[in-house]
Amino acid sequence: MKVARFYSTLKKHGINFASGVPCAAQKNILPFFFSDSEMIYIKAAREEDAVGIATGAYLAGKKPIVLMQNSGLANCINALASLCIPYQIPMLMLVTWRGYPKDKNEPPYHWVMGKSTIKLMKDIGIPVYIIPNENPESVILPSIKEMQKQKRPVVMLLERHIFK
Amino acid sequence: MKRYEAIKIICDFIKKESIVISPTGDISREFFILRDSPQNFYMMGSMGLTSSIGFGLALCLPKKRIIVIEGDGSILMNMGSLATIGHYLPANLIHIILDNEIYESTGGQSSVSNTANLDQVAKSVGYRIVRKVRTEKKLRESLREIKSSTKGPIFILVKIERGGISERIPRVSHTPEEITKYFQKFLRKSSQ
Repeated sequence: MKVARFYSTLKKHGINFASGVPCAAQKNILPFFFSDSEMIYIKAAREEDAVGIATGAYLAGKKPIVLMQNSGLANCINALASLCIPYQIPMLMLVTWRGYPKDKNEPPYHWVMGKSTIKLMKDIGIPVYIIPNENPESVILPSIKEMQKQKRPVVMLLERHIFK
Repeated sequence: MKRYEAIKIICDFIKKESIVISPTGDISREFFILRDSPQNFYMMGSMGLTSSIGFGLALCLPKKRIIVIEGDGSILMNMGSLATIGHYLPANLIHIILDNEIYESTGGQSSVSNTANLDQVAKSVGYRIVRKVRTEKKLRESLREIKSSTKGPIFILVKIERGGISERIPRVSHTPEEITKYFQKFLRKSSQ
């Protein structure tokens, strides 16, 4: 239900193009993107490829979202810093927060990025909104407003249990 | 054939309603000198993403011709994008690689494109038309051949000599913000 509400809220706000690399914590929301004839979903080879594709889509008039986990967000830092921010390309980013510091079951290769995700984004100037467990869709409107105001991508950070 | 000679030939081929995406480094700079236009999106920062952006545009603007131009270093950095394009097969995408086998903008260090057979890679991942040319005459012929083709994606590997249009090639003087603004204005106008 949560996932369906989140997806329909994205659609209500005009999101009509998506690209990304799958994350296990998003496996319940991805089918909504895949099966919706009003949504274009493009399977990207790498997360920054997704940001590039979404940039093209935005220039062509679409309202894009990119989907990935924060390991992939690390792959996107140059694309955000040298493309999306200076060229003023807004897009939503649904990013799973792997290595969330309080999650004791996360493997060591997620710890460093998990601890640094918010700081890194803050440092390069990408706004981050943490998705609340209750009414996760409530994050979408403020994220879109911020994205439009700043004309740059905004990250919506998803703890991995939320869409389970 | 030098890079700017190839670019001149490509410029003659570009229609006024087409879209051109050019990459980080000397290719965008020479394009800027030879044929600045709001239909050019100079993607000056994110090396490797030229083809991804062109692909996104091609998907969303199926009636427009999208011409992606980049060097061997740029495509080597984002080979996954070739596979993505080869999967979705946008018919309106023309992907031109100006391959001098070096990173010329950074001082001429050699790349690995001399052994990569990029044309074969493009063929393997599914590009519908693939050409490899070494001379100005062959480049003109290939462009003439695909002039009204709707059978993309098309891949043209252009082997070029090293060396630019001048010793120091000036930068694109538009700011990134202006490039986006001009480009979007061009798209709005041309879709009316």
